Parts: sequence; structure tokens; C-alpha cells
Amino acid sequence: MMGHLILRVTIKILFAPIILFALYVQFHGDYGPGGGFQAGVIFAVAFILHVLGFGLEETKKVLPPKVLPWLMAMGVLFYAGTGLLTLFLGGNYLDYDVIQPTSHHHAGQHIGILLVEFGVGLAVASTMLTIFYHFAGRVPEISDEDW
Amino acid sequence: MSEYAAQTSPILLLDLALLTLLVVTAFSMMRVRRLFAVVMLSGIYSLLSAAFFVSLDAVDVAFTEAAVGAGISTVLMLSAMLLTARREKPVVPGHRPLALVVVLITTAALFYATIDMPGFGDPNAPANTYVGQAYVEQTPKDIEVPNIVTAVLASYRGYDTLGETVVIFTAGIAVMLLLGAGSVRGGRKVKDPNPDEPVALQSAGTQEQLEKGRAP
Repeated sequence: MMGHLILRVTIKILFAPIILFALYVQFHGDYGPGGGFQAGVIFAVAFILHVLGFGLEETKKVLPPKVLPWLMAMGVLFYAGTGLLTLFLGGNYLDYDVIQPTSHHHAGQHIGILLVEFGVGLAVASTMLTIFYHFAGRVPEISDEDW
Repeated sequence: MSEYAAQTSPILLLDLALLTLLVVTAFSMMRVRRLFAVVMLSGIYSLLSAAFFVSLDAVDVAFTEAAVGAGISTVLMLSAMLLTARREKPVVPGHRPLALVVVLITTAALFYATIDMPGFGDPNAPANTYVGQAYVEQTPKDIEVPNIVTAVLASYRGYDTLGETVVIFTAGIAVMLLLGAGSVRGGRKVKDPNPDEPVALQSAGTQEQLEKGRAP
């Protein structure tokens, strides 16, 4: 199990920056390129790298696959729930202005976009990881000749 | 139209190089029979088109293409490839004149259509007028978010993005169902008993034994 030592060390060094970059893309989507979709994918890629380097079982200890379907559903419900919140506050569905109606710089829109993008990011990240777990779970480990 | 075409001329060489590489990658993907090489080439194709999107000033699309196309779908294709053969079946070469004629006519029609296309960045182009114009004008007043793409995606077209999120959710559910997450085996490695054996010839006794063996 000492093969790919350089890969493993590199993955360990890169893991935290990739997560950090995903969070940056997630919450900076209003100001720069990016948003929930891209951030979710980058977040999932960090864990996929971990699987490729350390094997599926190690990653399953960190992020158990049973959690992922709940996170998938939570992401979609977070998005839909933001719409319901604006409905209950008296606006139209997904009309974010009612979250902060007195704001002069449309703070409601900012909050609404952040909430919705968070839902998207959660759903995308957990879906990508679910798909990858199911594909990778069918073969025990990537053998050296397949690299 | 001509002044907009003139503005883009310094990048024209870069664009041409990227597009040439795209065509070369596509052709080599068709020629190569090793699936590993095909997957890697498709990742390269995505990365090249991401670079091309950057040169078209579509950074959000480029970002998505680089993350999804070059990143995660390459990994997913690789892990899918591990479940199947490593090589594509050799195709019997044959002459199909009808296909050639259809491709040639379509290519000619597409080239003919490009003559009518507006210059890159032309404000009077149909894509930049009407609703596109309205988004550019209204976003600073309505939403005050610097990235107009995010404003369109999350606010103006919130319903669409909700639909896209549901699509991704559905894709995840479909993979879980197809690859057997909810089965008795718990999504573990599946071993087909004997795929060559016709099912109809199996006696009732072996069926019962199989079902007993499957019960937890």
C-alpha cells in the first residue's frame, strides 16, 4: 500500500486548498465567475482525488455514503424552501426582494441568491459524489495497470 | 459589423489555433481504439473548449466546462471504463455514400449560415438585443450584483435553475437505482452467476435456491 507515494502526498497537500477554493467559488459567485454548480463540482473533486489516492474505504470513513442522499434532497429542498420563504413573506415564488424589503441596495436579492446557490452547491456536490461512489464501489481498487 | 470584426483580429490567431486543436482532438478521438486514450482526449477536448470560451469572454461557461467537462466527467468516464472493456470493438470499414452526402450538405449549409452571422460583440446582434439588453440594463438597478450571469441564473431565471437542480438530483437518484444502492447487496460488487446460461432453462429448484441465497 505504499505505491503512488508522491501522488498521495500531493493529494494531501492539495485537499484543503481545493475545499477552500470551492467555498470561495460558492460564496463569491455574485462578484466573480462561478456559483453553486461549479463550487459543488470542485468540492466533490476534492473527495474524488482522495478516493483515487487512498482508496474508497478510507474516504467512506470521512464521508459515509449513507449521508449523501440526504444531502442531495436537502440541497433541492433548500432551493425550493427559499421560494416558499418568499411566498410566506408575501412575495412571489423566488422573489427575493421581500426578504429585506426596506433595503436600499437590494440586500434581499443578495441573501436570496446566496441561499439558492447554497442549495445548488449542496445538491451538486452530493450528487456528483453519489455517482462517483457508485461507479467506484463496483471495482475494489484501481489496479496499477489501469492507470 | 466590420468594426467589430476588426476589434477581434488580434485574438483571431489564438482562436484559430484553439479551434484547430479542437478539430484535431475530435478526429484523434475517432481514430483511437483504446478507451483510456479516448477518455483522456475527451478531457483535453473539454479543456480546449474551456479555453475557447475564455477567449469569447464567457468565463462562467468556461469555468463550468473546465470543472464539469475536463474534471469530473473525465473521472466518471474513467471509473465507468473500469467496469467495461479497455478497448473499443473494431469497426468494419465500409463506404456509406449517403452519410457522406448528408454530412457534406449539412457542412455546406452551416458554412453558408456563418456568412449571415453578426460580428462578435456586436450590440445590434439579435442575441444582445431584447431580453439580453434588458438584463444588462436592469441588473444594476434591480439586483445590484456585479456578475450579471449570477443575477440571471439565480434571480431572473430562478425557476430554470430550480429545474436544473432537480435534474441533477434525478440523475443521482437514477444512478443509485441503476447501480443497485437499494439492493440487498448494498451496492457492493455484483457477480453475475453465469451470464451465458439461458434463464428459461433453469429449473424451479435452482431458482428457489438462488432466492434463498439472496435473502439476508
